[in-house]
Amino acid sequence: MIRKLLMTGSVLATMGAMAAIAPAQAEDITACLITKTDTNPFFVKMKEGATAKADELGITLKSYAGKIDGDHQSQVAAIETCIADGAKGILLTASDTKAIVDSVKQARDAGILVIALDTPLEPIDAADATFATDNFKAGELIGQWAAASLGDAASDAKIALLDLAVSQPSVGVLRDQGFLTGFGIDVKDPNKWGDEDDSRIVGHDVTAGNEEGGRTAMENLLTKDPTINVVYTINEPAAAGAYEALKAVGRENDVLIVSVDGGCPGVQNVQDGIIGATSQQYPLLMASLGIEAIKAWADSGAKPEPTEGKNFFDTGVSLVTDKPAPGVESIDTKEGMDKCWG
Amino acid sequence: MADAQTAKDRDFEKGLDGSSTGVASFDTHSRSLLDQIQHTLHSHPAGVPLIVLLASVAGFGIILGSKFFSPFALTLILQQVAIVGIVGMAQSLVVLTAGIDLSVGAIMVLSSTVMGHFTFRYGLPAGFAVMCGLGCGAFCGFINGTLVSRMKLPPFIVTLGMWQIVLATNFLYSANETIRSQDISEQAPLLQFFGEKINIGGAVFTYGVIGMILLVLLLQYVLNHTSWGRHVYAIGDDPEAAELSGVRVRRTLISVYSLGGLICAFAGWVLIGRLGSVSPTAGQFTNIESITAVVIGGISLFGGRGSILGMMFGALIVGVFSLGLRLIGTDPQWTYLLIGLLIIFAVAIDQWIRKVAS
Amino acid sequence: MTRDTSKREPILTARGLVKRYGRVVALDHTDFDLYPGEILAVIGDNGAGKSTLIKTISGAVVPDEGEIRLEGSPIHFTSPMDAREAGIETVYQNLALSPALSIADNMFMGREIRVPGFFGKYFRKLDRKAMERISREKLNDLGLLTIQNINQAVETLSGGQRQGIAVARAAAFGSKVVIMDEPTAALGVKESRRVLELIKDVKARGLPIVLISHNMPHVFEVADRIHIHRLGRRHAVIDPKDFSMSDAVAIMTGAMEPPENAQAA
Repeated sequence: MIRKLLMTGSVLATMGAMAAIAPAQAEDITACLITKTDTNPFFVKMKEGATAKADELGITLKSYAGKIDGDHQSQVAAIETCIADGAKGILLTASDTKAIVDSVKQARDAGILVIALDTPLEPIDAADATFATDNFKAGELIGQWAAASLGDAASDAKIALLDLAVSQPSVGVLRDQGFLTGFGIDVKDPNKWGDEDDSRIVGHDVTAGNEEGGRTAMENLLTKDPTINVVYTINEPAAAGAYEALKAVGRENDVLIVSVDGGCPGVQNVQDGIIGATSQQYPLLMASLGIEAIKAWADSGAKPEPTEGKNFFDTGVSLVTDKPAPGVESIDTKEGMDKCWG
Repeated sequence: MADAQTAKDRDFEKGLDGSSTGVASFDTHSRSLLDQIQHTLHSHPAGVPLIVLLASVAGFGIILGSKFFSPFALTLILQQVAIVGIVGMAQSLVVLTAGIDLSVGAIMVLSSTVMGHFTFRYGLPAGFAVMCGLGCGAFCGFINGTLVSRMKLPPFIVTLGMWQIVLATNFLYSANETIRSQDISEQAPLLQFFGEKINIGGAVFTYGVIGMILLVLLLQYVLNHTSWGRHVYAIGDDPEAAELSGVRVRRTLISVYSLGGLICAFAGWVLIGRLGSVSPTAGQFTNIESITAVVIGGISLFGGRGSILGMMFGALIVGVFSLGLRLIGTDPQWTYLLIGLLIIFAVAIDQWIRKVAS
Repeated sequence: MTRDTSKREPILTARGLVKRYGRVVALDHTDFDLYPGEILAVIGDNGAGKSTLIKTISGAVVPDEGEIRLEGSPIHFTSPMDAREAGIETVYQNLALSPALSIADNMFMGREIRVPGFFGKYFRKLDRKAMERISREKLNDLGLLTIQNINQAVETLSGGQRQGIAVARAAAFGSKVVIMDEPTAALGVKESRRVLELIKDVKARGLPIVLISHNMPHVFEVADRIHIHRLGRRHAVIDPKDFSMSDAVAIMTGAMEPPENAQAA
């Protein structure tokens, strides 16, 4: 991974030099970045990475975003705008991974390279390439960590799962099912959550991925079973909300919260012991690699290749915790803070 | 009507047993039971939501037993409803004047962001930052009110615009930075004041819940026992008639929207208590949720009819259904479906009750 | 019932009132006189400017030129509130009642009474009991006893009852002049009769009344004098005793010249 980064780095340096010499040549390359929202720090960071890289390569970058998470129409309109604009490539984090496929096909038919960032489309090959975190792996890591941390107590844990949305978007399903797999629970159908029958699961509830939803969902599940001692959360804001709910009933110190994302406030919360462990992903890298791929496509027509053994390009994930568990590779919060986003 | 209002104060404690007093003077000989119900509801607009609320609490209590019917679960509903309940009061004031405010949630979030960032970015004392946040909310409301009353623009359009403007300001100003709960409790615990709680035998009352209840009682008093309150109703009923009767319509409207903004800012403060953190992405649907509470609570969107208590019951109904259905373990979409049905039911009842007029 | 107006001073006068709306001249140097204790009917064809005339007196319209005097001193109303404070109450055609509010609320809209003492001063608490008592008294004064529950919503009342409330409100608070704009227009025969009785009751209590109406039988039944408005001016003032209804209509429409002595009045 690191070697790959170094390589791309040196390639970039050369490219940057070239761009500096002949900026006029690159000027007609336009790329689009379409994110779910432009308010979530994750996408803000993604945009930052893309913008920096685009400036470096002399690519004109236009950014679009939905108004809220799940705003499908705005994304369709954005793709149409990019087609009309004659863009060479589109970087897309889809709000509705199935419905967007038609628009993506139109764009590809128009000769545009479409790269799905962070969120794979359904089917995944609807895009030319996917640069994403392995969300199942991200979930698996925190699942393994939670099981290892509990030790023998894992066999009679009481688990609450705070998911994203009732529509079960793939990101949420992968993390949830990854977590359960890592914890050692039979997930039945890995394409949906909620069909498990393991008695250790207290229940699933949805959070919309924010503090408000996290708190309400945690309260609901606590009402169902006040003895919950393991909480999986879809992301760190939801984890922060869940923590407030636990604090309200005085349980904040005897419940293990795990999460996914690796945003700076989230890593900070790991450091402060609010979240036990979180799986960190790298949006900035996704975006900058995406811009590079578009540049390559525009220059030579080469499409990016997926990571070996996977149907997408894995941008990596690391477990961040200050209480490493045996058998689970992790980095400490200090390193996590260096790499965090948002 | 006035008697109806005072009777409603009684309702809050005693249920509907005081409801037969209001309409005694009609020629009642030939009236059917249905007519009587219609008239009773006409003079007690909070009656329907109260009945629905009690019925749903009883229903879920029977199905779920002590898991639902416990002091903990029942007070939890109050906590979950507190934000919408408070914002719903701002919404109620505006709707009573036959307006609508789509910007309530945005004003709430911007105010909480101002409170947080004034404290942490500029190092101002938390108390002062809270004042600034409250002032910010009131100012947003003042702009709404001025545009509605002086420029004669439709409230829907004005607040649709303000919603976007305030939300964008919120995101631009806060740079999407969440202020963490731990930092707040270390450096500015005042911001989390409404997250403090008292326990009474398993029942948990946060200061936010207590604040909400006090505010309901205060507004119930103001709306029914002060000139200003009566003027709010009169304006919603018929603004021209109110003007001709000597009500200062424009001034009152501006005060309604400003007070609404101030209440939203207060909700923003309570929100910090509930979330622990200051999150600029909170409250995205609060405007719709507050309108839902207002409609289910029997406040007419055409203005001039309904009560704050009704809105409170409406918000609680939504809270009861959400928690109850979740505890039963149904797909959360059923909650939305049922709430949708309740909204239509509430509006249909409103229309039916209005026919008493003719 | 004296009709010898020359010996008395008018309570309300207007001289040379002009009001233009763009190019349309609604009032063209019109005059107006109302004497104490009388019912003055104002009639005129549609567009003759009689509602503009009434609105200038009730404060809803500010005239461009001219002078209005109440009891001899000039007045300058800029809003209906000013007129009300000066003692001129108006019963509007649309009644200006809030249907969902109670009778007592409506009677005291815009002039609520607060409880005396601490609560009234600092909590601005309304004195509902006093307002209800006074409302009931005022309605009783005018024989509107059929309305028993002072707290029922106005929208539950019949049209005649609502008119009764509006008239009672004006009579209760109008200390100098009561203006009534088409009080019988929306009512049935029986209810109109009731309202005409009300108007006479108010007059019997010494208040002068300006009555705007299209209904000639009603005008001729209650009016002491009739102000005929035509083309933005006072065309004539006639005594209903001396003229027939068809004469009045003819003068109003210009089909007949007004009598010499009626022109100045």
